[in-house]
Amino acid sequence: MDILLLIRDFASIALMAVGVIFVLAGAIGVVRLPDFYTRMHAAGVTDTLGAEMIVLALMLQAGFTLLSAKLLLVGFILFLTSPTATHAVANAAHRAGLNPLLSRHQPPHPRDAESGEKP
Amino acid sequence: MMEWANLGAALAMALAMAIMLGRLFAGPSLYDRVLAANSFGTKTVLLLLIFSLLVGRADGVDIALLYALINFIATIAILKFFRYRSLEIALAQMSLRRAIDGDDD
Amino acid sequence: MIYGVSLSLVLALLWWVLSGYDKITLLAFGAVSVVIAMVLVLRMRILDRETVPFMRLHTLIPYYIWLGSEIAKANMAVVKASLKPEIDITPRLVRVPVKADSDLARCVFANSITLTPGTVTVEIEEDAFLVHALDASFTAPEGFAEMNLYSARATDGDAK
Repeated sequence: MDILLLIRDFASIALMAVGVIFVLAGAIGVVRLPDFYTRMHAAGVTDTLGAEMIVLALMLQAGFTLLSAKLLLVGFILFLTSPTATHAVANAAHRAGLNPLLSRHQPPHPRDAESGEKP
Repeated sequence: MMEWANLGAALAMALAMAIMLGRLFAGPSLYDRVLAANSFGTKTVLLLLIFSLLVGRADGVDIALLYALINFIATIAILKFFRYRSLEIALAQMSLRRAIDGDDD
Repeated sequence: MIYGVSLSLVLALLWWVLSGYDKITLLAFGAVSVVIAMVLVLRMRILDRETVPFMRLHTLIPYYIWLGSEIAKANMAVVKASLKPEIDITPRLVRVPVKADSDLARCVFANSITLTPGTVTVEIEEDAFLVHALDASFTAPEGFAEMNLYSARATDGDAK
C-alpha cells in the first residue's frame, strides 16, 4: 500500500513540475515576444496545458473525494473560458485596428546591430 | 515531501504572477494589459488551489472556482466597456430585438 | 423535453458537488434552486441542442481527447519558440475555410483552433475564420481541414 502512495506522490510531483515549467515558460514568453498577437499565444500556453496539468496533479493529491470533483470543475471552467477570453481580446484588438507584425522577426545580425541598422 | 513540492509550485506561481505584473504595467497597448490581467487571474486561481491543498483547508477551492468565473466575466466586461464605452448596450439591443419580434413575455 | 430533463439533472449534480451536504432540508433547497433555474431558462427560451450538448457527449469526449494530444504537440513548439535565446518567428494571419452545418460545429471548431497553442481565431466571417499563427509552421491547411472534419463529425455526426 505504501508503494502505491509513493507512486501517486511521484506522479503528482512530476505533473506539477511539468505544469509549473509550462506556466513559467508562458510568462517568460509574454515578456519576450515582440508584439501583442504573439504574446497572446504565449499566454495561451499557460491557460491550456499548464493549468490543466497543475489541476490534475492536485487531483491526484486529493484522491477520490468531493474536493477532487471541485478541482475537476475548476479545470473544466478554465478549459472552457480561457480560449473564449483569448479570442475576445484578440477580436477586440483586431476590430480596433491593431495591426499584427507579419514580417519575419529575428534578432539583428551582430554586424547590423553595431551599425544601428535593421535588416 | 509533498508539502515541499506544493510550496515550490506556489512560489513559482507567485514568480509568474510577478512577471505578468511587469507586462501589465509595461504593456504598450490596452489589449496587452487586458491579456496580462486575464493571465494573472488564471495564475491566481492556480495559486489559490495549490495553497488550499498546502494548508489543508478545502475552502480555498470554492474561492478559486468563484475567482475563475469572475476573472472571465471581468475580462469580457472590460473589453466590452472599451469597445462601446458603456455596459448597457447589449441590454438595449436585446430589448430592441424583442420589440421588433413583437413578443413580450 | 429531454434537454430540460438532462439540464435539470446536471444542475442538481452541480449543486450537490458544490455544497457537499446530504441533509434533507438542504437537498430541498437545492431542488428549489434547480426549479428556479429551469424556470429562468424556459423563460429565456435558450433551451436547445446548442446550450445542452449532452446528447453528443459520446462523440465530443473522444474528440476532446484527440484535441488534447494535438494541444500537447503544439505546446512544445510554442514553448521552444518563446524560450529560444534568439527569437526567430514569422507570424502569419491566414484565412481558414470552414465547412460546418451548424453554429455548434463552427463554435467547437473555432474554440479548438484557439485552444491549440500557436493559433488563435481572430475574426469570424461567413464561411471562413481569420486565424493568427505564431509561426509559419503552424499554418498547414491540412491540419485545419483535419480539425474541421473531426469537429464537424463530433458535433453533427455523420448525417451528411
